[in-house]
Amino acid sequence: MFEWLSEITGNQILAAFISAIVPVAFIVPFVIFAVWLERKVSAHMQDRLGPMRVGWHGWLQTIADFFKLIQKEDIVATATDKRFFNLAPYLVFVGSYAVYAALPFSSKYIGSNTDLGLFYIIAVSGLVVAGILMAGWSSQNKYSLYGALRSAAQIVSYEIPTALVILAMVMFTGTLNLAKLSDMQTSSFWNWYIFGGPDWGLSKFLVIPFMLVAFLLFYISSLAEVNRTPFDMPEAESELVAGYHTEYSGMKFAMFFLSEYGNMFAVSAVVSVLFFGGYQSPFGYIGNLIGASWMVPFEQVFWFASKGIFFVFVQMWLRWTLPRVRVDQLMTICWKYLIPYAFVNLIIIGLISLI
Amino acid sequence: MKNPQEIFEILSAQFPDANIQIDASLPVEPIISVNPLKINVISKFLAENNEMLFDSLMNLSGVDDANGTKTKDEDGNDVINGGTLSVYYHLHATKLNHKITLKVSAPRENPEVESVENIWKTANWHEREAFDMLGIKFLNHPDLRRILMPYDWEAGYPLRKDYKNPEFYQGMKVTY
Amino acid sequence: MALKTEELVLNMGPQHPSTHGVLRLELELEGEVVTNVKPHLGYLHRCFEKHCEAMTYPQVIPYTDRMDYLASMYNNFGYVVGVEKLLGIQVPERVEYIRVIMGELQRIASHLVALGTYGLDIGAFTPFLYCFIDREKILNLFEITCGARLLYNYMWVGGLSHDIHPDFVRLTKEFIPYFRPHIKELNDLLTYNKIFIERTVNIGVLPIDTAINYGASGPVLRGSGMKWDLRKNDPYSIYDRFDFDIPTGKNGDCWDRYYVRVLEMEQSLRIIEQAIDQIPDGDVQSAIPKRIKPPKGTVYSRVENPKGELGYFIISDGSTSPFRVKVRAPSFVNLSVIGEMCKGHLVADVVAILGSIDIVLGEVDR
Repeated sequence: MFEWLSEITGNQILAAFISAIVPVAFIVPFVIFAVWLERKVSAHMQDRLGPMRVGWHGWLQTIADFFKLIQKEDIVATATDKRFFNLAPYLVFVGSYAVYAALPFSSKYIGSNTDLGLFYIIAVSGLVVAGILMAGWSSQNKYSLYGALRSAAQIVSYEIPTALVILAMVMFTGTLNLAKLSDMQTSSFWNWYIFGGPDWGLSKFLVIPFMLVAFLLFYISSLAEVNRTPFDMPEAESELVAGYHTEYSGMKFAMFFLSEYGNMFAVSAVVSVLFFGGYQSPFGYIGNLIGASWMVPFEQVFWFASKGIFFVFVQMWLRWTLPRVRVDQLMTICWKYLIPYAFVNLIIIGLISLI
Repeated sequence: MKNPQEIFEILSAQFPDANIQIDASLPVEPIISVNPLKINVISKFLAENNEMLFDSLMNLSGVDDANGTKTKDEDGNDVINGGTLSVYYHLHATKLNHKITLKVSAPRENPEVESVENIWKTANWHEREAFDMLGIKFLNHPDLRRILMPYDWEAGYPLRKDYKNPEFYQGMKVTY
Repeated sequence: MALKTEELVLNMGPQHPSTHGVLRLELELEGEVVTNVKPHLGYLHRCFEKHCEAMTYPQVIPYTDRMDYLASMYNNFGYVVGVEKLLGIQVPERVEYIRVIMGELQRIASHLVALGTYGLDIGAFTPFLYCFIDREKILNLFEITCGARLLYNYMWVGGLSHDIHPDFVRLTKEFIPYFRPHIKELNDLLTYNKIFIERTVNIGVLPIDTAINYGASGPVLRGSGMKWDLRKNDPYSIYDRFDFDIPTGKNGDCWDRYYVRVLEMEQSLRIIEQAIDQIPDGDVQSAIPKRIKPPKGTVYSRVENPKGELGYFIISDGSTSPFRVKVRAPSFVNLSVIGEMCKGHLVADVVAILGSIDIVLGEVDR
């Protein structure tokens, strides 16, 4: 898309700017939708209704909350370290926004078509840790400090199973480039990597159970990366009041929320690209069927978004069902269970990919 | 399973100099009264003796007997002089299933009672509450300070019959 | 060279989402491990005992409601049983049966709040709302009887304030089969959930001897393994006519205390089932004396509150208002054990332990 835009406008900088803005144009409506979805999902699971008055079944509720948060007083306590206190939310947002640069929304649009896509995603999502630590420390509040330290330990530990699963996928597929990964899973859902990949043969069928295990390991680690229940110790309301964002109010608080939901979608999108075909449709494109091939990229965006939203929905479902895991149990799960399983999985998939 | 009269006889045989008396005249339960400075040894006996085995202190309450003389001081407030403050102990044996009520009375001007905290740990907070509300000092209590009122409440002990609320507490008006 | 570390003092202050009221816990921490817990009380002290000395005996009853506001029927029950012992009057059979039914319904309602908020403390948000749906049905039953949903002023000395509504028996009989499957649903959702079990088993273990010495009662004592229930061991009212079991735990940890409460709800349903068929006819207000002036004397009466042993020590000096009323509140005594139970656990466990003791600050501070 960058090349097409720079042809049209004749100015490379303008084209780069426009193609970098597209994810924001996606994130903001997505967050509005996701917050509404979370409130409705939680309400219906708890046998109540959720927001019903602001718009049809409350879909304008998030916009109303956004207006409320903007006009709130920005309280900054005098004892805080002002530079870092103000900088932290934006750093967290940058960490989750930068992941969108490597996500393939469709075959025609990808922010940056690097051959290092997956590696870049893991690296840059670690920036969130720095932001959270800054937020916790500069708040000068013991509760925030606890939340921030727990969060840092959690995110850093759970990067490892994530990386191990990605390593297994790379061995099997042979590429780190997300656009190429999506491209390889063409034509129908049985070519998706969760079902073994597009190359038919013995390895495809042997690897299916291990792909399932890899998917589960990756999904659980990604839940911990985004601080969602059952791993939401850092923002455990009942113990730490609100964890690392206790002292934030108004727009900065909204920034934390924006980055949390952005992160949720980013991680769900990576899951769907790795295992479920990315932007590919499960059974072919309507555009191709009726001969209007210009429609195909838009259909691909639709499939990409709906797969991502489905996994976000599953994350919300888990949040409202399961209780919270304690900090040391969280670490035990990571180091004593997920990492050994991921290693064994890696070895087995590596062996199978030699076939 | 013993009734209070039998327990009274065993106790007065065991501790002849502790001034033990029983009062069974009023409803509902008979009360054994004891010297306040001997309550610790008596409680130890009651808790450990094989025929008694009172292992559970159900309740410990301080009472202002209001049996002194009432006078009026210079502000026109009632003041009680003389008389006693009492502490009632309700004991229960879970294995032998009998109950007993003990009472100690201490003079109002300097109420001192031995603490039974080392025998039944329940007494820790109950005695702090009796101290807080009535001013009864418990000797050998590990941590005797106020529990329900603020720690720096200077205006006296609220459950005494001649207690008057102060005008101000830390700049806030108390009475309305 | 050793790293110098200091103890951190963390205040789970009076305003905190999970201290069940205004309670201040001062935690001394080394890293995340708790070395000492010091509770500070008194934030909700309303001088109940001083008020009683200025009221007449019937006027005290609305004040007793407000101590343990989640189990008001039982607060009334304890007080009127004590005063009736002093007066030496016997209430009609109908009154006894209705009191037992109301008390057991109140026990179920109070345990539902305890279980729901305990799930909330552990992080499971949904069982809280499911418990409250069932509690609403019970509050409806109370509302048609005496008009109030939370603070009833229902049991008076010598009788009741209102007779039961004509539909009450039918609605209660419909409630019982409605509620039984919901206990099973709660078990599937929370009790046997692996994460919940990891959070609560072997946390806050309380041995039996410590429990008795500290005066613990109710589910806290039964969770440690002692089969002790005042309805059977020291019967009051007509509880000796009904057939029910006393559930106990094995370990004395948080999961046992929680599970004892779940099982107690089932036993309360059994009592209600037996009692609702046997209510005799009569007049609920026939034995209420015109003027309550007990003779001089003292009485200590205790009942089995949902939270534990609730005791009223009433001293009468022969006039129409009590000379001294001392309330032995179960939450006050159960809370004193928290220092013993929390040593060596993490901060998150303190919340779990506090939730399993199930305190109500109105009772702790009176």
